[in-house]
Amino acid sequence: MRHLLSTRDLIRDDAIGLLDIAEDMSEVQNREVKKLPTLRGKTVVNLFFEDSTRTRTSFEVAAKRLSADVINFSAKGSSVSKGESLKDTAQTLAAMGADGVVIRHSASGAPQVLAQSGWIDAGVVNAGDGTHEHPTQALLDAFTMRRRIHGDAARGRDLDGVSVMIVGDVLHSRVARSNLWLLETLGAHVTFVAPATLVPVGASTWPADIRYDLDAALAEVRPDVVMMLRIQQERMNAAFFPTTREYARQWGLDDERLLALRPDSIVMHPGPMNRGLEISSRAADSAQSTVIEQVANGVSIRMAVLYSLLSGDREARS
Amino acid sequence: MTTTLINGATLPDGTTTDLLIADGVIAERGAGLTAPAGARVLDAAGLVALPGLVDLHTHLREPGFEQSETVLSGTRAAAAGGFTAVFAMANTMPVSDTAGVVEQVQALGDAAGYATVRPIGAVTVGLAGERLSEIGAMANSRAGVRVFSDDGKCVHDSLLMRRALEYVKTFDGVVAQHAQDPRLTENAQMNEGALSSELGLKGWPAVAEESIIARDVLLAEHVGARLHICHLSTAGSVDVVRWAKARGIEVTAEVTPHHLLLTEELIRSYDARYKVNPPLRRDDDVRALREGLVDGTIDIVATDHAPHPEESKDCEWDHASFGMVGLESALSVVQASMVDTGLFGWADVARVLSHTPAAIGRLEGHSHSFEIGASANLVLLDPASSSTFSIDRLAGKSHNSPYLGMTLPGSVRHTFHRGYPTVLDGVVVEASEVAAAALAGVSRG
Repeated sequence: MRHLLSTRDLIRDDAIGLLDIAEDMSEVQNREVKKLPTLRGKTVVNLFFEDSTRTRTSFEVAAKRLSADVINFSAKGSSVSKGESLKDTAQTLAAMGADGVVIRHSASGAPQVLAQSGWIDAGVVNAGDGTHEHPTQALLDAFTMRRRIHGDAARGRDLDGVSVMIVGDVLHSRVARSNLWLLETLGAHVTFVAPATLVPVGASTWPADIRYDLDAALAEVRPDVVMMLRIQQERMNAAFFPTTREYARQWGLDDERLLALRPDSIVMHPGPMNRGLEISSRAADSAQSTVIEQVANGVSIRMAVLYSLLSGDREARS
Repeated sequence: MTTTLINGATLPDGTTTDLLIADGVIAERGAGLTAPAGARVLDAAGLVALPGLVDLHTHLREPGFEQSETVLSGTRAAAAGGFTAVFAMANTMPVSDTAGVVEQVQALGDAAGYATVRPIGAVTVGLAGERLSEIGAMANSRAGVRVFSDDGKCVHDSLLMRRALEYVKTFDGVVAQHAQDPRLTENAQMNEGALSSELGLKGWPAVAEESIIARDVLLAEHVGARLHICHLSTAGSVDVVRWAKARGIEVTAEVTPHHLLLTEELIRSYDARYKVNPPLRRDDDVRALREGLVDGTIDIVATDHAPHPEESKDCEWDHASFGMVGLESALSVVQASMVDTGLFGWADVARVLSHTPAAIGRLEGHSHSFEIGASANLVLLDPASSSTFSIDRLAGKSHNSPYLGMTLPGSVRHTFHRGYPTVLDGVVVEASEVAAAALAGVSRG
């Protein structure tokens, strides 16, 4: 693998390979000394054009545990906010000898543009681009599901037959898109539940069932996994739904809906959560919730991705 | 050298003839013409002669955006593409909303000499969509403006559009509408559909175009005015215009070459050369646009030549400018999409790229049937050639062509504007030579 830009382009064997490497990385995290020497001498740049302390920190921890040198290049307070182009930023980082660039950008496709530009020869990891994809989030979600379902026997396994319900703002969610493609590749079945205003146009052609009524969908599908998406409060102003109260009532995972789930169903959220809006505190903190596991698994997945892209001789691999 | 003998050109009707060009007009036609002493002789065996092409929709960018294009460089691009007349859109800086600006644009075109430049006047002051610009002053200026457009922006206020349609009637003009509901397309990036949803690019729904066209044809009917619709891009728009024409509404419509050939699938690359407004649509739309052009629902092909400097395209998709250059490639793209597919003959090409745009824009002298005495505006193309479209085919300032690297049929061999050559053997004639020939033509009267 040269870059990780999307899960749509990820073939099954590569996806399972990454999840298996993440299992190894996860074991390292349980040791007293959590650091591997694998990427010693390599430089990883976190190029964040959009604020995201959680994702940036996760990548930073992952790179450091692999002994890479990490540079955080954030758009705020840098030349980027003064109008410097992606091209100039990329060429600057190339001149400084970056081996890997982890990019978060508000423009969909920016990581792909960077990867195919010729401006920089580094491996590119998409850490979230616009409303397009967030592949490491989908990988860590799949990793979390696989562990909960298959336990210690997870290595080498896919998610065949697993039923995943993704609820909320599918329209603006790169997490939903990346999850859809990866889960489809791994054999899971996806149902999207959202008000019609938050279902993307043309999503009926996607490999997912689309439902509007959460209660009816939960009762019929009895999903193995319920994944709640974050609702941006400003969506309300653009008339996607009338009020947050109405949204929470119709599409929030409240206490009653939590109780109605199968006892072995798991509850996921990519964070940061709006407690009381798309998910109640009781649901978020329940034994069924994997929210904290997801954060820990995020580090393992990002270690696996950086390791796969940057270890060894890059020239020979590309 | 003002005299040229063209030997054995094939006319749009399929007949073959020699043409003698002298003193700016077609002086003789027929078989076996002999060249007067000193005349340039061109062997046109296998070449198709079309009346000089007329583009009703060109962005020349001057004044104000000379880093993208100038009147000189844009008309060079026009000549390279076989055009002898271009209508220059009003979104310059300052906006072409006064007699002074349109006269300046026209004067720059006259001096350059590569093509006849007819400025388009803005419908509203500063393209702001708030109050009418001095349409009468522009119509009565030396530029004699007949086409009015806020292109790039839609005249979306219904009352203002009604008034514009009515007022322009006074001057035998036409409003050319860029049909785009602004609220439905805020920050829109590409055609709205399954692909935009997958790529995470904000959608530009077909209905944002179709609803404005539907409103405007009804307004045109109500006030009895002429209406022209710029760059139709959807199957639904073709349906609406077809309905309007059947009802007897005086509406004309244009389609761009790129909407006849390219689809949104190209955007998977996030390569901003494919970013254009209206956006590239689906296969079904391309098919409907071709059918509409065949059955006369769509009247003309116009390029929407929109030059941009490299930095406006060499960036993230969301940050890139909308638009493609199109003058140099138009004829090849129309050949690929309409002629080589069997939908069109060359007479149809002459109709949609010369006769009808000239008629809509009230342009005299450019489109003709090669009758003796007609102003010698013509293009000779080699339809049998085929080549990879490369930067050396581009004669304007900007290189934002979506066709670079594509194999396209046909090439322009010679272009004549008012009897003097602007392109000879596929090479654009030097600017000083063209300017001198243009000046000589003016003094000759």
